[in-house]
Amino acid sequence: MSGLFEIPVLGIIFQLLDFLINVFTLNGVIILALTAPLALGALCGVMNERSGVVNIGIEGMMLASAFAGWFVAAVVAQAMPGSTPGPLFGFTVPLLIGLLAAVATGMLVSALHAWLSITIRADQIISGTMINIVALGLTGYFDLLLSQNPFPSAGTFSAFDPPGWLVDLPFVGWLFRMFLNQNPITISVIVLAVLLQIWLFRSRWGLRTRAVGEHPKAAETVGINVIRLRYRNVILGGVFAGLGGAWFTLDFGNLFQNGMTNGRGFIALAALIFGRWHPMGAFFAALLFAASGSLGIAIRTAPPPGQLGELLQSIPEQVLSALPYIVTIVVLAGVVGRSIAPAAVGQPYRRESTS
Amino acid sequence: MTQSSRVAEPVIAPALEMRGITKRYPGVVANDAIDLRVEPGEIHALLGENGAGKSTLMNVLYGLARPDEGQILLDGKPITISGPSDAIAQGISMVHQHFMLVPVLSVAENILLGDETMANAVFLDREEAHRRIRKLGQRFGFEIDPEERVGRLSVGWQQRVEILKALYREARILVLDEPTAVLTPQETKEIFAVLRRLKDEGHSIIFISHKLYEVLEIADRITVIRRGKVVGSRLPSETNEDDLAELMVGREVQLTVDWGESHPTDVLLTVERLSARNDRGREAVRDVSLEVRAGEIFGIAGVAGNGQEELVEAITGLRTPTAGRILIKGADVTHEGPRRLHQRGVSFVPADRHRFAVVLGFSIADNLVLTDYYASPYARGPVRDDQAIQERAVEAIGQFDIRTPSATVTAGTLSGGNQQKLVVAREFDRELALLVLDQPTRGLDVGSVEFIHRQAIAKRDAGTAILLVSAELDEVLELSDRIGVMYRGRLVAILDGPTADREQLGLLMATGGREQAAAVAGAA
Amino acid sequence: MAARIIGQVLVPAGAILLALVVGAVVLLISSPLVTGRFDPLLPLATYAALVQGSLGSFNGIVDTIVNATPLILVGLAVGLCFRAGLFNIGGQGQFYMGALAAAAVGAGLAGSPPIVAVPLAVLAAAVAGAIYGFIPGVLKAFAGAHEVVTTIMLNYIAGFIISWAVQGPLRAQGASFARSPDVGNAMIPVVLNQGTGHEGHLGIILPVIAIVVIWRLLFRTTIGFEIRTVGANPDAARYAGMRPRLLTIFALTVGGMMAGLAGATEILGVTGYMAATYSTNIGFEAITVALLGRANPVGILFAGLLLGAMRAGSGLMQIEAGVPVQMVDLLQGVILLFLAADVIVRRAFRIRAATGAVTEVADVTRSYAGKSPAAGA
Repeated sequence: MSGLFEIPVLGIIFQLLDFLINVFTLNGVIILALTAPLALGALCGVMNERSGVVNIGIEGMMLASAFAGWFVAAVVAQAMPGSTPGPLFGFTVPLLIGLLAAVATGMLVSALHAWLSITIRADQIISGTMINIVALGLTGYFDLLLSQNPFPSAGTFSAFDPPGWLVDLPFVGWLFRMFLNQNPITISVIVLAVLLQIWLFRSRWGLRTRAVGEHPKAAETVGINVIRLRYRNVILGGVFAGLGGAWFTLDFGNLFQNGMTNGRGFIALAALIFGRWHPMGAFFAALLFAASGSLGIAIRTAPPPGQLGELLQSIPEQVLSALPYIVTIVVLAGVVGRSIAPAAVGQPYRRESTS
Repeated sequence: MTQSSRVAEPVIAPALEMRGITKRYPGVVANDAIDLRVEPGEIHALLGENGAGKSTLMNVLYGLARPDEGQILLDGKPITISGPSDAIAQGISMVHQHFMLVPVLSVAENILLGDETMANAVFLDREEAHRRIRKLGQRFGFEIDPEERVGRLSVGWQQRVEILKALYREARILVLDEPTAVLTPQETKEIFAVLRRLKDEGHSIIFISHKLYEVLEIADRITVIRRGKVVGSRLPSETNEDDLAELMVGREVQLTVDWGESHPTDVLLTVERLSARNDRGREAVRDVSLEVRAGEIFGIAGVAGNGQEELVEAITGLRTPTAGRILIKGADVTHEGPRRLHQRGVSFVPADRHRFAVVLGFSIADNLVLTDYYASPYARGPVRDDQAIQERAVEAIGQFDIRTPSATVTAGTLSGGNQQKLVVAREFDRELALLVLDQPTRGLDVGSVEFIHRQAIAKRDAGTAILLVSAELDEVLELSDRIGVMYRGRLVAILDGPTADREQLGLLMATGGREQAAAVAGAA
Repeated sequence: MAARIIGQVLVPAGAILLALVVGAVVLLISSPLVTGRFDPLLPLATYAALVQGSLGSFNGIVDTIVNATPLILVGLAVGLCFRAGLFNIGGQGQFYMGALAAAAVGAGLAGSPPIVAVPLAVLAAAVAGAIYGFIPGVLKAFAGAHEVVTTIMLNYIAGFIISWAVQGPLRAQGASFARSPDVGNAMIPVVLNQGTGHEGHLGIILPVIAIVVIWRLLFRTTIGFEIRTVGANPDAARYAGMRPRLLTIFALTVGGMMAGLAGATEILGVTGYMAATYSTNIGFEAITVALLGRANPVGILFAGLLLGAMRAGSGLMQIEAGVPVQMVDLLQGVILLFLAADVIVRRAFRIRAATGAVTEVADVTRSYAGKSPAAGA
């Protein structure tokens, strides 16, 4: 056995694996937190694409929601100062109203996308691109105007504090810490992913949604209102985008910055494809992307010992920062050929046929 | 037929009556004041050419199209149907020509869809649904696995799923739109047995078809539609194929055309032990060998999905074979692409013209040079010669009678028949060695069918080798000098065209010949 | 013919008008934040400043043309890909890589004679952009990775590459912030308005050349016919013996080259060096340009000039009306909204012309997830 470790390459691989496991066990909390916006964006994508609508505007939807959540929460906080945080997750009235505003914004923008895609039958990718551009312009415009006389933010939700004995359990304690020592939006992600998975494959709504995304005409001929179901699903998808946006300004951070979603809406899209349009699949894909993103943090804060640590630390910071984007491309190139989208995705539905 | 007298003198209100149905689309009147009466326990055939307005009428009945005028009565009471759910609620179900099944869903999911069996307010009750579907299947004599994915079923079984869908909804009136188009003669017989059983249970069936002998076999009454109008109604006992054909087309039709003798000479196409995979990576063509000679038409019969499409794509260079060889005039072309093959005189008229053969957004002129745009005189080096392209277009439009205001309008504005003429003009009008025709007349009216058959025979007589694939057994029988039958990717038999027997072909298509010996023994 | 051209122009013009109306509403709502009180005249003041800054003087007109130059080039990069059925959102990254290459080669040749330095630096930018377009082309053609996602990822990666290069190997010695060295003699010569602060460099002829070349390529050559066939119907292209994969790579590569050239005009024509914090939104603006120009090279020329004018006027708009330059981004997005929903425009202005629809642009979604559309239905 010892001979094996005399070969430096194998030794380094062993160290690397050890380091990667450490990254997860030590940084589980931050990884899962960073998973949240990706997974929520991907769940928004599931709602859209399973019913046959492409949504590349998730980025813009999240950005708009992030701004609305932050702005409304801050305004309410200013109007009613001194609201005390609740015992659970640090809920305050301004934060909750901000959250509602974020979700409502997500639904509103989704309604626009639904109208363009379903009723106007505009090209869905162009509609999504438009949403991204308008969201960036509008939030940037108001952000700049508001920053002329800044007002205090409403703060953020706080993390749930799981019992100490649970997180100190040997071997599995870190999992409990990872999943429980989290802010509310992050915790909601895993619950929502599981629920959506069950709903999609076990419920009437799920069956109809899958049928509408695969073969809308067949659904129509058994009396299902394709247009209405698509509208409903796209707008409900906006709830996830809204939560994802709120994560940026009410959960993970407390300030709005211009363009702060920074491509996460697009990575969410890749997670959706990588997860084969399954809610849980998308969640785990998002987890992978988030983990690759936190590698850089781990290398800087807790580098592995010896040669490997030096090697890893010599990698330019920018390469590590670019890692999630690179992983996204690699995954897409490696997987998408075998991953099959809902058959009717991207095709507007026309009710009356002339055939 | 003892029933015909009962049908002829109804004592109770008709199960369904459509009165004065008119439906206009921009530029056409698809249905012009159509009247239709269907009695309880009757199989009522609706006969007409492609585009005569049968499907529109049924879409009106099913709520997929809104009539501009007219009335629908059920058991003598007027009803309004504004969508499929209304139709289903009134006990009307439809089996569409292109099945309305979701391939990735299971049999049970497809049947349940829209009328789900629920365990509670949110979740489905799968066990109960599976039980009910099994029971329903058994009642009509077929064992079906509710958990099987519909995409994995044969066409015949998919049709049974469609019928189960209707029965699950307790349909009283069942509409079948061209149900036999994709079936073998044997499968057709089985479906007919099911339909008769349904009739005996009191269901009314509207059977849409353009096949005369089928209609005569199954129907209790036949209504013929031409250009959106009812042109006649007949009892099968009082009519025959010639009479029906004349009604349907509006002029006397030669049902069997004698295309003259063929004079095959040298072998132009040789396929040796060819295998190929389909898009999903499964072996779809297995060990196929055949030869086609100059001046003969080799027909390929088979139920859709038995490897014909992949075989044709392999021969035309659109699909890379996994094994075997293809030779044109003795030269090995196995690994040549469509461009090289085209240059060798191989032309291909594909089954799905909108997918392959025509770019709908391009002008007629651009479409006419789609396969030789790069060659002289249409291009000099990398630069296109617009004038030469225009000249060619004007010439082809005249020669092939393509009905269009000009060569610059887009191909999308042409009718289906004229689009196919455009393809024929491009692919037929040149020096040819091999002509591959895949479903060349699907969905066309009688005039266009005749035109295309005539052109094909002219090419045959000029010494072209022709490979014809068609799901229409009649077309294969009418044109072919030799007929190969494909079953599960194999060429299971090659028969002499003029002497081939419908029944025998059907049996080969359905079973691949494994049971043929038994059937022959049984007959003897 | 004239009627057809009018039909083509009516909808974009209507979209612009409606976008200005929506912009005015946003300006009215936000006027308390801009001027401290509700100001019903703010939209007028804003648009007046925008026009004054872009077309109100010779300086403004030169600024408009200089701003339009990269927009037109990247617009061509997007428009050409639209014709091939591809949605190239990677104009940004391709522009970045072209700019970086121009900065690096330009800095290296800063002391060489301009007649050598300028062409080589421009060429380097074209090649770098082409390579960066080639990558998503290959990923799409051979791995089926949809270009919408890959090009966006490549945009971010390009940003990191610039940050790394300019803070590392390409960093100018002794500069107060992270930037590349001056390009010196590789600077494209100024031909208009020398020394006014509103210079017009010779690079403004590049878009004109590019438009002629791309137009001829698309409509006069066989390869252009192939590109348009692949864009309109990829299966038909295969049937006709064309090679859709190669054409996909070709379109994205040529598009990348156009965007790379745009990067050269910015670095060699305007800034003279590259900063680590260099950032632009040109990839998305170019989508608006390409759609507004209906994926037609001539249309892209006018659309690019219009958006260039908005860019050029945005400075004066900020100074005189106090409106943040993001207003221009917003207007562009709203123009796109009305182009996507052209029904609204048609209803608002009672436009009957049916020739408005550009089928090449109408269904870029078709190839989403690497599939061709289900036939029929």
